[in-house]
Amino acid sequence: MEPQASNLLDEALGFHGHANPGRPGGRFVLIEDCLDTSGAVVLHHLIKRSLVSHPYSVVIFLAFNHPFAHYDRILRKLGCNLAAQRDNSRFFFIDMLMCQCPDDGKIPQFWLTGLFEKIEGLISSLHPDSKNFVTIMIDDVSLFEVAANGSSNDVLDFMHYCLTLTSEFDSTFVALDHKDIYLDGEKPILILEMEYLADILIKVEPLATGLAKDVHGQLTVMNKETQNPQISSPIKIRNFHFRIKENSIEYFYPGTKAW
Amino acid sequence: MAESICRVLRDGALEGEHAPALTIKDSLDSPFAFDVFSYILVQLSSQILRGNSQSRGIVIVAVSRSPSSYISLLKTKGVDVESSQKWIHILDCYTDPLGWKNKIQKSRNVKDIPHQSSLITSSYKAMKDLEKLFSVITELGGGLVEEKKARFCVAIDSLSELLRHTTSPSVSGFLSNLRCHDQISCIFGLLHSDLHDDKVPAALDYMSSMVANVEPFHHSFNGQRGNSENSLSEQSFTRGKFNVRFKRRNGRVRVMSEEFKVDPEGISFTSVSSVDGASSVSGLLPKLQFNLQLSEKERTDRAKVVLPFEHQGNGRPIQIYDGRRSLEDYNAEAKQTSGGKKGGSGTGEIIYYRDSDDEMPDSDEDPDDDLDI
Repeated sequence: MEPQASNLLDEALGFHGHANPGRPGGRFVLIEDCLDTSGAVVLHHLIKRSLVSHPYSVVIFLAFNHPFAHYDRILRKLGCNLAAQRDNSRFFFIDMLMCQCPDDGKIPQFWLTGLFEKIEGLISSLHPDSKNFVTIMIDDVSLFEVAANGSSNDVLDFMHYCLTLTSEFDSTFVALDHKDIYLDGEKPILILEMEYLADILIKVEPLATGLAKDVHGQLTVMNKETQNPQISSPIKIRNFHFRIKENSIEYFYPGTKAW
Repeated sequence: MAESICRVLRDGALEGEHAPALTIKDSLDSPFAFDVFSYILVQLSSQILRGNSQSRGIVIVAVSRSPSSYISLLKTKGVDVESSQKWIHILDCYTDPLGWKNKIQKSRNVKDIPHQSSLITSSYKAMKDLEKLFSVITELGGGLVEEKKARFCVAIDSLSELLRHTTSPSVSGFLSNLRCHDQISCIFGLLHSDLHDDKVPAALDYMSSMVANVEPFHHSFNGQRGNSENSLSEQSFTRGKFNVRFKRRNGRVRVMSEEFKVDPEGISFTSVSSVDGASSVSGLLPKLQFNLQLSEKERTDRAKVVLPFEHQGNGRPIQIYDGRRSLEDYNAEAKQTSGGKKGGSGTGEIIYYRDSDDEMPDSDEDPDDDLDI
């Protein structure tokens, strides 16, 4: 990937920040997409960026959406060998496709506690050098909610506990969710609550003018710049377009590309 | 008015009255309630340390942020957290609110290592049990201030998280119990109003003696942020309006408005920038294409106008009889009767007796207002 292409998104995420080089400048990154434009693009970029940024970095991936082979194929095109990373214990793939909370009427807390225990155990057993470079990813939260029998409160509890892990071990939490799947008339509590919790919110949307051949969508990155969570922070907003190519993704400011 | 809020919280509760309660509300359009909360926390903490406030201590119920972040916040703002004089305690409801970590440690037969960052923190693991939370808070606060008559204040971050773990009636009961407690001087907490149905923030508004709203300058129409670039501008995420509603004991409600700005040093408040120096209330009037108020010149001209029933119309100077002064020009017959109507003369006249000097023309005042029946 050309350095320039990764710059806009990485810069917006704070990857080049002096305080935390190699990590996004925020503990919770929320990616919100919609039917017209998928946010998987950003997720794949973050997987690769997290693995490449530091020699001891580790990614724990909770997959509700696709099997391992899918991500392996896509990341291979982006220049990252997920199978090798998995074998080297740097990429932990937790396959949740077949997992469902037992539907016996009880609240899914036991199931979620077990899942949290698994993640916490994985991190605790890591080499001390890796413990500070962990990224926990969920693809995606809406399917997680389905697996938890629709209990958004319990999903939020789980996410809260993952966030406490990020402060305990200085790691990052990335989640993908869809903003257009919630019923009108009902408050989409899950996604609103996540927007409050998120340090960085990335909105993946189509262009206001519709679909285009050369520009596949726009990203709006809202960064609370909470490197120092105790200090107030104005929210910085960046907006730019992206184009998905065969082996890479190009990011550019609107109007700066001549086709 | 942030200063007024801090003053009310500093003054605390009167004997036999409920403690003042502040709710700070925001929404995703302007998510700065926590900045206001931190500001008030720092101000109140400084006042407690200086001995200027009714409270002798503060208990922070840390639900959405870790205790260490509060300790760092206070240290950054120059507040002495590690003072030998016990004045602060942070109840850690963030690290393990539901006891999951506790269960994991037990299942691994690992001894529960007290994960305290300092002596001023203690952990709480039963967020769904508000009665227990209440007794823990009052116990901790009582331990801080030691004397039975001394008071402490309670800061809750956030009320939305409490509502998520329990129900609205139990949170209302919990807040009510806190306000009634003898040793509590004041309470304040923050709420994200768009996470709840309308009736929940309304219920908490009724329970609060002060409600502060953090709003953007322009509300979006459908309550959701649109996906167009127009709705997202950097300005809307650093500044906004800060409206506060004070409920006095006598029932009077006062609304004040300020502007706030957030920068890396913190949040700052300035008075509303208004045209022609009108009071803050005018900021709440709708913007119209005609002027509802009088300019100075218009006011003086209006004062000069002589009303048709106040002049004799025949060139004689204005005489207004108000029943209080003795008249030199009127005859004795007029003095005896209370109304003092003039006897019939050839020409008709209208005689107007003004009720009081203070009454403005066109006043809406009801003259029977001061009757005590």
